[in-house]
Amino acid sequence: MNAHAAVKASNLSVGYGKQPILCNVDFTLRPGQLAVLIGANGSGKSTLLRTLAAVQPALAGHIFIDGREMASYSRRRLARHLSVVFTDRSGGGALTVRECVEIGRHPYTGIFGRLDKADRKIVDDSMAAAGIADKADRYIGTLSDGERQKAMIARALAQQTQFIILDEPTSFLDVAGRLDIMRLLRRLADEGHAILLSTHDTAPAIAVADTLAVINGDELHMGPKDKIIASGALDRAFPEAGIRFDPIRGDFTSLQ
Amino acid sequence: MNRHSTILLLLAVLLVILFPIGLTTGGIEIPVPDVWNIISGNYTGELGDVGRFIIIENRLPALLTATLAGMALAIAGLLMQTCFNNPLAGPSIMGISSGASLGVALVIMSFGTIAGVWGSLATISGALAGALITLGVILLFSIYVRSADVLLIIGILIGYLSSSAISLLNFFSTDKAVHSFVLWGMGTFSAVGMGNLALFSALTVTLTLCTVPYAKSLNALLFGQRFAENVGVSVGRVRSTLLLLSGSLTAVVTAWCGPIGFIGLAVPHIARMLMASSNHKILIPATALCGALMGLLCQIISVAPSLSRGGTIPVNAITPIIGVPVIIYVLMNRKKLLYF
Repeated sequence: MNAHAAVKASNLSVGYGKQPILCNVDFTLRPGQLAVLIGANGSGKSTLLRTLAAVQPALAGHIFIDGREMASYSRRRLARHLSVVFTDRSGGGALTVRECVEIGRHPYTGIFGRLDKADRKIVDDSMAAAGIADKADRYIGTLSDGERQKAMIARALAQQTQFIILDEPTSFLDVAGRLDIMRLLRRLADEGHAILLSTHDTAPAIAVADTLAVINGDELHMGPKDKIIASGALDRAFPEAGIRFDPIRGDFTSLQ
Repeated sequence: MNRHSTILLLLAVLLVILFPIGLTTGGIEIPVPDVWNIISGNYTGELGDVGRFIIIENRLPALLTATLAGMALAIAGLLMQTCFNNPLAGPSIMGISSGASLGVALVIMSFGTIAGVWGSLATISGALAGALITLGVILLFSIYVRSADVLLIIGILIGYLSSSAISLLNFFSTDKAVHSFVLWGMGTFSAVGMGNLALFSALTVTLTLCTVPYAKSLNALLFGQRFAENVGVSVGRVRSTLLLLSGSLTAVVTAWCGPIGFIGLAVPHIARMLMASSNHKILIPATALCGALMGLLCQIISVAPSLSRGGTIPVNAITPIIGVPVIIYVLMNRKKLLYF
């Protein structure tokens, strides 16, 4: 664990206006790690994710991406260090998968967006890594939800960032699609990416994760999966629901 | 050569074919060889200087104006549709043309005329101010209104406000000013003339070329604001620039040709369907060419002797006949077409 952190946040407070939802968050993610963010609705999960994704500003504290303060990057520079996969199901329908993945090269190309040979190879490799190369010439609008998600992940890979954030990457997928995406993310982490994802689909996510980040009240508990499970942080993540985490089943279960 | 380049080439060829047809079309019949002789300065036919006047001073500038105006409006529509993520966005629908009209109305009613160089400059300034103020108001609403459909309706309503202000202005104006304004409002490509053609061409071509480097950002915007930001687009700055460009294109055309509807709205859709793509690297040239063709076609129809009996049909009577079916088709097949 001596590798430098792909992302590191210290004393971070996130929220809207002056009202922090999460305080004093310390967050570190290294290349090779796959972290799952777990918390109840309204616990600040999306807010934390949006703050780390540079969609909204932090209320206090510092975020370092590849060792440099996030706020010191230009948008274009930041896009070479951080890619985000959103869950929106619309837009870009009449672009082909290849054209969509090519957008991932934007932070590297000139004003006319011309791709050179190296860029094209990266686009091809990204599609292959995400398992969508066989649909390269299909329109985005004709893909299934799972295929669309893979195209979006390929686009993020084409950005060649170490740190990848995914917001609910499996929310519209059937069970086969969910497991497929989770396996893909594990493989990408093993290949050296630092991946953070939020999901309601906890069981398959926890199964492939090595790191958990669990929201309890206004605190974030982050650490190796086994340690966090042993600490009972997962049991406290959904205080109103009357559920606890069953480490044998690897999923939440009702207390009754 | 791939499919896209082939279609672009065909469109360009069509433009080259249609243009001379336009030169021969009008109340007075001048066949192609005579047209060629007039342009090359070797004309010795019976029409004499009248023939020269008709071609050089009348038809040529009108056709060039129609071509450039069509291109400019179509590009303005394309930018608006992508920026507002709405297939119904366009200069005429969103009140931009009405805003420009109000600006022009203020100029005409104040000075009573739009003749001469100063008149032209005043008209452009009025149109530009009107268009940009309207765009600014819509942009302001877009901060608070998330729904693209609601924003569109707000644009339509602002258009009505401008129209009502124009009616009021008409009510308090001299007959001569009203006459001049009503003629302008029917839409014509004949008002630019040889004198202003250089300025009109320079403005429309430059503004259109300015959109080319934005193809990249426009493609990213297809997936929404957050997506575009994540691939490095400064969305606020880019969107403002694009709307400024589309507002200026609309204003320049509106100042000279009147508020021309449906070209900006329908042509981008025709281009998308022809190219079967929403990739702006392909769409910008395709939309520009289709817009130019559409402008040219409207001008030819408006002076075709069999229809106009020697007069000129207002352009705004023709554009809806072509534009409306296209829009209805697109709306009915929104899912199948995949564009929005």
